[in-house]
Amino acid sequence: MSTNSQKYRNSFLKEVEANVEEGEWVKMCMQCGVCAGSCPLGKHWDHPPQEIFMMIRAGKREEVLTSDSMWMCTSCYNCIARCPRGLPITHIMHGLATYAKRLGLAPKNQPTQGFSQLFWDNLMKKGRVNELKMGLSMYFKDGFAQGVKNAMANQKLGQNMMKAKRMNAMEIMGGHGVKSPGDLAKIIKKAQEIEDGKIQDFS
Amino acid sequence: MAKIELSFYPGCSSQTGASSSNYLVSAQTMCEELDITLNEIPDWNCCGASIGYGGGGELPRLTLSARNIALSEEHNAGQEIVATCAACWLSTREAKERLHEDEQMFKDANTALAEGGLRYKGEVGVRHMVEVLIEDIGFDAIKEKVKKPLEGLKIAGYVGCQTNRPFGIAGESFENPQYLDKIVESVGAESIPTFEKKVQCCGGALAFSEPEKSQEMIHGIIEAAYDNGADMIVTPCPLCQANVEIYQDQINETYGTKFDMPVVYYSTLMSVAFGRNAKDAALNGHIIKAKKLEEIANK
Repeated sequence: MSTNSQKYRNSFLKEVEANVEEGEWVKMCMQCGVCAGSCPLGKHWDHPPQEIFMMIRAGKREEVLTSDSMWMCTSCYNCIARCPRGLPITHIMHGLATYAKRLGLAPKNQPTQGFSQLFWDNLMKKGRVNELKMGLSMYFKDGFAQGVKNAMANQKLGQNMMKAKRMNAMEIMGGHGVKSPGDLAKIIKKAQEIEDGKIQDFS
Repeated sequence: MAKIELSFYPGCSSQTGASSSNYLVSAQTMCEELDITLNEIPDWNCCGASIGYGGGGELPRLTLSARNIALSEEHNAGQEIVATCAACWLSTREAKERLHEDEQMFKDANTALAEGGLRYKGEVGVRHMVEVLIEDIGFDAIKEKVKKPLEGLKIAGYVGCQTNRPFGIAGESFENPQYLDKIVESVGAESIPTFEKKVQCCGGALAFSEPEKSQEMIHGIIEAAYDNGADMIVTPCPLCQANVEIYQDQINETYGTKFDMPVVYYSTLMSVAFGRNAKDAALNGHIIKAKKLEEIANK
């Protein structure tokens, strides 16, 4: 791409192209709205994907990155399967969400944002997800009192799962994991460093 | 039938005491009957699933899957990777494709893996178990194995999302895949090819973080199964299974329904139809008992 062709573009589109997973696809959106109509949680979004894409092109940086819309993505891949232009919309939504979080702009109390971090921290501890601890940390994320309330409300569910041997109270003692979580942590830390090193500064 | 050897990625939820441990038991039973040997990838790790993105960026996530592929290439050389979990399959296959298309990402993932003494080549195929059933075994061979046809059972094939999109099964449409119905027919039960919720999202991981929004969708899936006269639902995905089965009490409270719809795996159906007992089919792993299947298994 020649430098000439870049100078008319607003910098937020360039920022998304540089720093967001699959962000280079955003400009390909033709605003048909099939993604919005295909999204299972579409009615809960403030801005459906095609609107997010247009807002990026219009330079609405803050509005996009502070939006809770991307966090409504269930990863059903309907939008990808149907997009006439083949945009990897699911990945762009994940990428925008991750980027907003990296910049500290993601809405703090958005439940999926919180859950997503809990899930990642949980899996990184031992290299495999500990479902029991994940469930408990989700219940207790808003403090002890709310946690007890949540746990009570889901008591029957927990008992059912234990009876079916699909939840194990002993998992609290440690549970499944890879042989060397330390080695895995080193690998992922390196990957994170490489990724961090590629983030371009647009501020 | 030719013996098939595969490098097996079971995934977190299949482990003992985890939410789809019954999937693993029935899948192993099914594979025994079909002469499929599953060689577990030693020391596999979580794939990050579809929700890990908020904590891990693109490269850390792809590297998680690259590690599993590298371990498979080292220890189970020459064997294709097979996953029973939709998210495990999707993440692993996605990582392989992304690292194949992007040379820099390939190098970066290997730089990270070198920290643990591993090297990723990405030359091995990554498949879902239902691909093995359809493409390597075939519906006719499945039929031949049936000792106890599941006669009199009407079963709604719920394919869900991630076994179906974005990759899907070769030759099947995203909007109306038929293979699960064909499996149902192959084991002697009645399928519901026009089950309109067969590819409806159950909320996935958002069933935890957005229970109300997810349960609204799950409600619709179960309602459609009842309206189509189904005795039970069958699915190829562990999260679909859990989401559609375990919240029925809560959904009944919210919507005033009386749902009591069993949700089983294709491997459950096949284990029973192939003549194995209720324990081998892991029928004890269901919160809502599949009584009609238990009756056949105990016959």
